[in-house]
Amino acid sequence: MQTERKIRVLIAKPGLDSHDRGAKVVARALRDAGMEVIYTGLRQTPELIAETALQEDVDVIGLSILSGAHKTLFPRIMNLLKKKGLTDVTVFAGGIIPEEDVAEMKKLGIKEVFGPGTTTELIIKYVCENVPKRT
Amino acid sequence: MTMFDEKEIKEVKRERARWEQTTLPNWLKQSRERKSEFHNHSGMQIKRVYTPEDMENMDYIRDLGFPGEYPFTRGVHATMYRGRLWTMRMFSGFGTAADTNRRFKYLLKEGETGLSIAFDYPTIMGYDSDHPMAQGEVGICGVAIASLKDMETLLDGIPLDKVTTSMTINGPAPMLLAMYVAVGDKQGVPREKLGGTTQNDNLKEFFAQKLCMFPPKPSVKLTTDIIEYCTRHLPRWNPVSISGYHIREAGATALQELAFTIYDGISYVESTLERGLKVDDFAYRLSFFFASHNDFIEEIAKFRAARRLWAKLMKERFKAKSPRSMWMRMHVQTSGCTLTPQQPLNNIVRTTMQALSAVLGGTQSLHTNSFDEALCLPTEGAVRVALRTQQIVAHESGVTSTVDPLAGSYYVEALTNEMEEKAWEYIHKIDDMGGAIPAIEKGFFQKEIADSAYKYQREIDEKKRVVVGVNDYTIEGDKCPIEILRIEPKVETAQVASLQKLKRERDNRKVKEVLDKLHDSAEKDENLMPTIIEAVKAYASLGEITEVLRTVYGEYKELIVI
Amino acid sequence: MTKVEELTQGVLSGDVRSIARAITIIENNAPEAKKLVSSIYPHTGKAHIIGFTGAGGAGKSTLIEKIVREYRRNGKTVGVVAVDPTSPFTGGAFLGDRIRMQELSTDPGVFIRSMASRNYPGGIARATKDAVKVLDAAGKDIVIVETVGAGQSEVEIIKVAQTVVVIHAPGLGDEIQAIKAGIMEIADIFVVNKADRENASKTAMDIQAILQLNNKETAWKPPVLKTAALTGEGVPQLIEKIEEHRLLLEKGLKHKRSREKAEAELIEAIKEKVVSSVLEDLRKEGKFEQLVGKIVEREIDPATAAEKLLKKALKDAEA
Repeated sequence: MQTERKIRVLIAKPGLDSHDRGAKVVARALRDAGMEVIYTGLRQTPELIAETALQEDVDVIGLSILSGAHKTLFPRIMNLLKKKGLTDVTVFAGGIIPEEDVAEMKKLGIKEVFGPGTTTELIIKYVCENVPKRT
Repeated sequence: MTMFDEKEIKEVKRERARWEQTTLPNWLKQSRERKSEFHNHSGMQIKRVYTPEDMENMDYIRDLGFPGEYPFTRGVHATMYRGRLWTMRMFSGFGTAADTNRRFKYLLKEGETGLSIAFDYPTIMGYDSDHPMAQGEVGICGVAIASLKDMETLLDGIPLDKVTTSMTINGPAPMLLAMYVAVGDKQGVPREKLGGTTQNDNLKEFFAQKLCMFPPKPSVKLTTDIIEYCTRHLPRWNPVSISGYHIREAGATALQELAFTIYDGISYVESTLERGLKVDDFAYRLSFFFASHNDFIEEIAKFRAARRLWAKLMKERFKAKSPRSMWMRMHVQTSGCTLTPQQPLNNIVRTTMQALSAVLGGTQSLHTNSFDEALCLPTEGAVRVALRTQQIVAHESGVTSTVDPLAGSYYVEALTNEMEEKAWEYIHKIDDMGGAIPAIEKGFFQKEIADSAYKYQREIDEKKRVVVGVNDYTIEGDKCPIEILRIEPKVETAQVASLQKLKRERDNRKVKEVLDKLHDSAEKDENLMPTIIEAVKAYASLGEITEVLRTVYGEYKELIVI
Repeated sequence: MTKVEELTQGVLSGDVRSIARAITIIENNAPEAKKLVSSIYPHTGKAHIIGFTGAGGAGKSTLIEKIVREYRRNGKTVGVVAVDPTSPFTGGAFLGDRIRMQELSTDPGVFIRSMASRNYPGGIARATKDAVKVLDAAGKDIVIVETVGAGQSEVEIIKVAQTVVVIHAPGLGDEIQAIKAGIMEIADIFVVNKADRENASKTAMDIQAILQLNNKETAWKPPVLKTAALTGEGVPQLIEKIEEHRLLLEKGLKHKRSREKAEAELIEAIKEKVVSSVLEDLRKEGKFEQLVGKIVEREIDPATAAEKLLKKALKDAEA
């Protein structure tokens, strides 16, 4: 029997906003691209997101937020991930994040920020190319 | 009375056959059509050309009639915009109550004719500004209203007998309406003079907007409480704005928006009839809220079909006698999800066309989005352009000079008929499932919407659908050149401080007393409006009142359908 | 320390990250997977393993959430493995059971892991039973396995769980039929969920009636319970029954069950081993491909071809 590694992705929605259209479309596109996708549902606290990523041992986390609270919530999520030792997980973000906040988000360790109008193909490609190597 | 006689139709048929054999092939030979098939957003196939054949079975009096008369296809008022223009209502709210109060006064000065309050997420979810879940969200996407104190500041200097106010609020609608009533009482405005709308459409929350506080049954109970209370005490208030807008924004097609919204309407009529009210006592106060998306004619057809469908339902299913019960009055908002952060000025053009289809569709009230809203909350300058858009449509375009200018267009009428027919199919299907709540529990609406959203995105990704500036006609290094409205974190600090001060200084014994009373009242399944008004007057906070209701009703857990 | 030793130690000490990593390694059948399982195996056998199966829409995940909460109130630690189906077309999966238990995530006494079936038949994944071992070794008192729930005969769970709970709900259509076929035999406890709905009692009676047809003398008669997952009604009674079943297992049935389970696992392991090693050899010699061609051309039928191939392979193995 052969080794079969599958890409495991967590799509998480922090913040109080309920705009899950984008998150769901991305979750579905990644699943249809052959990945195993866990979607958290709306309004997840940073603690829940980090703990889910830990237990599910995901390779990639996609954070979707449209409420404007990313400057409060993303630093907390990234800190918790670090605290739990999840430093080899690729984190990307999507939603409404103003251009001028992107650099700040990247400094936190968020590898990429996708704005509205990003194709699902691009996201699939990005995820495939950014699965962390595991030793 | 059919619109064309048999002889005419026959001749058109013959002529079309001839045209298809002679003229058309020559053209097709020279240049093929851009696509092998043309569809609208609802997936209906669009013909090359529409003719009287498509109106073969239409009866003018039965299907269109005259404006202000059954079946209201041509409009709910006899003179439509020749008499009074639609209400230009701009949704706004951000920061603290004082910030929004200033924006309201600015808009009224600029010619706006009605207020429309956007609340921040904590308020929408029934959390106080100092709740842990509220951190980072206070005043960001709307105004923070945690108590009557905030509402007093928000409406300071605005005479409630002169303006009407729309409040986009659902789960906590009873609390916000109670605060509005309380401010009216303080201003000395008689309750029968308070005019406005609470969105208060809890059903769509479960499958579209997903800002649900309680499970479906108590949610419908609260919606119905407001309908019943308004029927008896606030005759000028629209207790519920049955909303397709969020259904559409969540990814539904125009057809699904139409059918699901109407079905929610059916559910509220039924739940209110169960309270012993007569249909003609309250049906005329039900109002609707739709989106206006990009496909110009499809949207117009949707609005016209909606009116006819509702009129038939009210007359035939609910046996309404008064023509006003059969009216569908609607508010329309241009579609937020069509706005692009790429080349944002293009959004002004999109919004203009969407506004025009709402007006040609006969709306009573309109909100036009600002071009910067895909990036942030609208700035004052952008809001002005959006309002001017409506004013230009109203005063310069000429479409307001006659009622329902597009009636009789073969295409418009054919599409209106198809919209109505297919919506009926959905309605029957949901009836067979046992109604809206069982359909929600089965995930029916959720699945329908998620599938449409995915399909739409795939079409864009595969360039089967062009979005200008996004997947075609793009600009290298497209950066937004526009100014962004930011809410400073100090808004949250100030709001939290003022709320906590209030909680210290009010008569806390009285607050406890009235909250206990509310708990009792909820357990006894009474209409909660009177007690909630009492509670807000004692300065019980939104979060405290919600908490009492949560202990009685429980919390809703989202059914996720992807 | 080797990686396997390190992980084993982590698992045994209940370290969440080690548990999660160990399950991934097993799931992916990574090179160290086999060693890992054998190194934790001596530390297993303490947890009570409960399987939950039943058709989709019966409210399994919601009920499990309530059950976990009840176990937590009783001071037990709990591990959950929730299996969702893999799409046979894309190989992808949407792991959605966790959402219903999401709030439990931050309870340190609970570990939840979603798992795609990766096209393993019978309602679980190939890695499920070993993932259960990891949670058992990590000291969880209770390990819960939730099967795919696609309404198929999900009988594999019997090979993993000590107590099998079959969940049904009124109004799901004709699944009583499905219950008759296969699932009936594996159930230790029946639950009719959504007991607040009309017809719940009728559904329960239908199941009772079918059970009575089976009048074999057994030490354990599967009870039929009613629950309402949304309110938690009936959950303490269900846990009581599970506990009763566990005690009975302890008294003797357990030995029989353990042997049956061990036997099944051993057979499975042999099959896996034999098939993979034989296939590998056959492929090497090119004989396999040759015979595939002949089957396509209708020159030989698959059964005879297999016999022919294996005759030689088995001889080699003996030698």
